[in-house]
Amino acid sequence: MIRSTHLPLLVTLATFVLAFALCASAYPAMLSTRVVANLLTDNAFLGIAAVGMTFVILSGGIDLSIGSVIAFTGVFLAVVLRDTQMHPLMAFALALVIATVFGAIMGALIHYLEMPPFIVTLAGMFLARGAAYVLSTESVPITHEFYDTLQGLYWRDPSGGRFRLIGGVMVLTFLVGIVVAHRTRFGQNVYALGGGEQTARLMGVPLASTTICTYAISGGLAGLSGIVFSLYTSAGYSLATVGVELDAIAAVVIGGTLLTGGYGFVAGTFFGILIMGLIQTYIVFDGTLSSWWTKIVIGGLLFAFILLQKGLTWATQARRRTATGSAAPS
Amino acid sequence: MPGPKSAILRRIAPQLVILAIALLLNVLIFPDFFHIDFRNGRLFGNLIDVLNRGAPVALLCIGMTLVIATRGIDLSVGTVMAVAGAVAASMVVEGHGWGTALLAALLAGGMCGLWNGVLVAVLRIQPIVATLVLMVAGRGIAQLITEGRILTFMNEGLIHLGAGTVLGMPTPILIWVTLGAVAITLVRRTALGMLIEAIGINERSSRLAGINSRVLLICVYLVSGLCAALAGVIVAADIKGADANNAGLWLELDAILAVVIGGNSLLGGRFSILASLLGAMIIQSINSVILLSGLPPEFNLVIKALLILAILVIQSPRIGYLLYMLRAAGPQPQPRPGTADTLPKRKKEAAR
Repeated sequence: MIRSTHLPLLVTLATFVLAFALCASAYPAMLSTRVVANLLTDNAFLGIAAVGMTFVILSGGIDLSIGSVIAFTGVFLAVVLRDTQMHPLMAFALALVIATVFGAIMGALIHYLEMPPFIVTLAGMFLARGAAYVLSTESVPITHEFYDTLQGLYWRDPSGGRFRLIGGVMVLTFLVGIVVAHRTRFGQNVYALGGGEQTARLMGVPLASTTICTYAISGGLAGLSGIVFSLYTSAGYSLATVGVELDAIAAVVIGGTLLTGGYGFVAGTFFGILIMGLIQTYIVFDGTLSSWWTKIVIGGLLFAFILLQKGLTWATQARRRTATGSAAPS
Repeated sequence: MPGPKSAILRRIAPQLVILAIALLLNVLIFPDFFHIDFRNGRLFGNLIDVLNRGAPVALLCIGMTLVIATRGIDLSVGTVMAVAGAVAASMVVEGHGWGTALLAALLAGGMCGLWNGVLVAVLRIQPIVATLVLMVAGRGIAQLITEGRILTFMNEGLIHLGAGTVLGMPTPILIWVTLGAVAITLVRRTALGMLIEAIGINERSSRLAGINSRVLLICVYLVSGLCAALAGVIVAADIKGADANNAGLWLELDAILAVVIGGNSLLGGRFSILASLLGAMIIQSINSVILLSGLPPEFNLVIKALLILAILVIQSPRIGYLLYMLRAAGPQPQPRPGTADTLPKRKKEAAR
């Protein structure tokens, strides 16, 4: 029997399968492992950032800063590798620490100042983007042999698909994210916080550390996403990844996570990312459609999934009402 | 009426002070800042420029203030600007007059606002999510209208809206000042403002009190869409072209920032359009400081971020509570002879 709590996840999965089947029936070449491998590689940075966004949205918040943090990390890496002799791994670690601390500070502001996450992360967005501009307004190329080694790492499928390192990093991030969300105490705390702050406090959830950790994770994953993005493009550019936060939010919603928090799956976000990637791949395959159809279709999908969520919430509320209504007289 | 007037003054005092500081900084960097010339039949000067360049954000923040007062938010205004600009440009390119183009743009903006309003008021979707849909899809629609190009036009009437003058005054200034005045009068001379505030404070109880919150909510988003459309037409007219990719990009954030600087709570309730408009002018004055001082414009965003942080700290309920506790607990442990003197002062502060 299908549990109704899994329904949004199943709908997402069904949408993905249906979309893939439609694409494959129009263009049989889409079934090749090359397309699948590229789907993973091209959406790696977005996927990693979306895992962090899933946690934030599960906790009932929102993080608008991730696009800027990705750009900042990219520029930071490029400038550090250009101006110093630091080894890239060291620079990666430094970038991750900066991004994580940045997220933690935003979480602390949200918790201790009791301000809406929306406006705090908006300030974070301006700050990170501004910091990236201050570092460099031009695109800084990265030429380091270590980057070439990392970019050269891939597993070649017999039929020709190249599963690159960054796609693997994304899949690994999702797996870790799933375990953390569903199998650890911290994950349960995040769900509880998203379900209702008051209830969570009464249940004994440590609100401060959960909020701060959630935003730290989001910041840290945005940093990781920035590293992946710099590997993907071999450059750091302060104007890159504008609006990635919107794509990430869209992927999370399409993945079946409730934007009010407290309900959803990290795995759903993975399929949300794949659906969005699939739309883009289809448009590339078609060749006559223009790129702006991506935005319109994603907007439409977003709307459909929000409606679905709304319908489910109504259905549950109606059921609960009838349940309590019948229980009251007895 | 001295009573309400002094209340309004007290409400906008912090914004006036910040604006004065921002303008003072401008004067320090550029002593001729307040110098206004009358040349070639129009006013020239940095002050005029601030008022002129601030027009899009000022227009947006009129609608945004009302939306935020109902405890909502409208993320789509930037893309609605792009859509309206694209509609106006394509109408003019097809040979219609500027009046028809303006009407069509307003119609498009109104439709966008209506869509948002229906999602929020009828389908009961959270405002931030409901308007996100249009924010994502809108730019695609704008690109669909312009077919991905930057549509340029040479229609004098339409260009006049963005770059022309009326009696020496740039048209955008006249538009936003007039619209702001109309909105303030409409909201404050009738019960409309109070009803909107009631929805923001507690929608459920306002509905029980007989307010038609559904229609009012839709109207508020409609107004926001119309304001955004007007701003979009002005921006398009200013550059004589509709750029679907960049028109109004991130202006929704500037508009929200202006509303927040205006001292309006993001949690809804009491609002002041006048203070928001001052907030828009503060943002523009700060932009002008950065430009005039020769600082790289890259610092613009950093300074904006720090500004938001400072306002957040001031607005934070926790800090307010802390100050309240400090004020309440402060003088009591050491009652001095001067208590009689401090008491009225405390009362005055509390009243503020």
